[in-house]
Amino acid sequence: MEPDILKHWTGRSSAEAAAFDHELHHEVAQFLYREARLQDTHEYDAWEALWTEDGVYWAPANGQDTDPEREMSLIYDNRSRIALRIRQLKTGRRHSQTPPSQLARIIGNIELLTSGGDDIGVACNAQIFETNLRGDTMWAARCLYRLRRVGGELKMAYKKVALVNNNKAIYTISFLI
Amino acid sequence: MEQSSRWDQLIRPGLVHGSLYCDETIFKQEVERIWFKTWIYVGHESEIPNVNDFVTKSIGPMPVMMVRNRHGEIDLLLNRCPHRGNAVCVQDKGNRASFTCPYHSWTFANDGALINYAFPDGYAGADKSKLGLAKPPRVESYRGFVFASMALEGPTLAEHLGGAIRALDQACENSPTGELDLSAGFLHHRTRANWKFILENECDGYHPGFVHSSIFSVADSAIGSLYGGDAIAITRSFGNGHTEVDPRPEFRRRNQPMSWFGATVDRLPRYVAQMNAAYGEKRAREIMIDGMPHVMIFPNLFIAEIQIFVIQPVSATESIQHVTAIQFKNSPEINRRFRQQTMGSVGPAGFLLADDTEMYERNQRGLEIKAPEYLYLKRGEHRERRDADGYLIGHSTDDLPSREIWRHYRSLMEAR
Repeated sequence: MEPDILKHWTGRSSAEAAAFDHELHHEVAQFLYREARLQDTHEYDAWEALWTEDGVYWAPANGQDTDPEREMSLIYDNRSRIALRIRQLKTGRRHSQTPPSQLARIIGNIELLTSGGDDIGVACNAQIFETNLRGDTMWAARCLYRLRRVGGELKMAYKKVALVNNNKAIYTISFLI
Repeated sequence: MEQSSRWDQLIRPGLVHGSLYCDETIFKQEVERIWFKTWIYVGHESEIPNVNDFVTKSIGPMPVMMVRNRHGEIDLLLNRCPHRGNAVCVQDKGNRASFTCPYHSWTFANDGALINYAFPDGYAGADKSKLGLAKPPRVESYRGFVFASMALEGPTLAEHLGGAIRALDQACENSPTGELDLSAGFLHHRTRANWKFILENECDGYHPGFVHSSIFSVADSAIGSLYGGDAIAITRSFGNGHTEVDPRPEFRRRNQPMSWFGATVDRLPRYVAQMNAAYGEKRAREIMIDGMPHVMIFPNLFIAEIQIFVIQPVSATESIQHVTAIQFKNSPEINRRFRQQTMGSVGPAGFLLADDTEMYERNQRGLEIKAPEYLYLKRGEHRERRDADGYLIGHSTDDLPSREIWRHYRSLMEAR
């Protein structure tokens, strides 16, 4: 059996960091804005390079705190499946992204959270405008990150994207959220 | 005015008129003549394992509550207070012995019976037994699959399923206990397309090599090889609109248990041991070679090997695909792989279904273009034949499933 990789960080016990670290907050915000831009502009390799080797990318369905080892999720990628997702997008034959969605997203409400070990816990909101062949769609999500300093650079070890309407019937969402 | 000549015009041999996918008047007729008449798959008993469990499902565009009532029986309840029409329950799922309408506090047992209403002296002489929640007139289960018909009479569920019942049995037989569990929760994938584009796609073996070439080219796929021009998989029509892709000839040629899942027996030792214990090694081996079915039970239950999809029509141009991983009762080893593969493949972000759904939406938009008026469904007409059981079969890439769906569709739409 593979370990239950997400039990440690489902957001249930999120708490803000004890002391506010301006410098770290700024650095984290810059990281999140860069990640947002890479997603919006479909720079797939650069986005994939933001992940640690044990990265987990999770978009739950039917709630904010379901158990992905028991219940269906929209996305529940380990590191190799993140790589597969990127490889598919890069074929140019991922029809739902050909042409790619045109995107602009706003990241806000960035909070530093306490987290065990050396990782930096972060909570934020994302609001994403998408337009594609179908039409215009607004998406909104609450996100949780676990960032880790690797060789001086921040990397994503964990990213959870909880769409606020993930309990409802939603349109295809095949761009990077 | 509705002569059969109208249907002669709309549905011709190998040709169907584009308006059948976008005309709201036709959609309203479909709701009455198909969704509120024939047997519709509603849900699975494993979704409500405990007394008083309930979950909201649908019959066509209409919501329906599936309940394991206080007596432990499966009940379907229509969520409309008989007083003024308010919803007696606004949760998607839960566990409750009774439902109270918030408007005037009428309270119903979870078998639908009216328990009481507020200030009962105002209802002197009223017959409470006639004021319960409504139920679909006919409800039947087969191996945990719960179906309902809104028609007072008509064919039995067994008559409706006909030969397609083999596929349901095949699915259950792959479980060591003979039981399926569909309680992993559904992904709800909305699409701006008519429900029949989804229905017809499910046993269309012509598209996978093209629509899914992006994922087949970067991942090892167990299904890519089944849909080439030289594949020996077949399509079959069971009648009554039920169709399947039957890859068993290909799997029997390979003669490798679990090849259908892109796996081998040594990668699933616990499951294989369970199967051997349950069926004996010889029969277990046969089951594990044939694998799970790929069958579209008309009009809304699609068993796609390790997933089930439930198709829900919303309007002529809007539909929802509800999908979950099939789980075998008490087989955690293989169940985890089913869940992981399902989450990768299907739903709004899935490697496969995002692109299928893109095709549905492009088809739908295409029909706003006025010519040619008809869709062309003649592929493989010349090579249709009958199998030993008398069912029509064709090559896995043929349009035979669509033609057979339309034949049954027409019979339902013409019947008055």
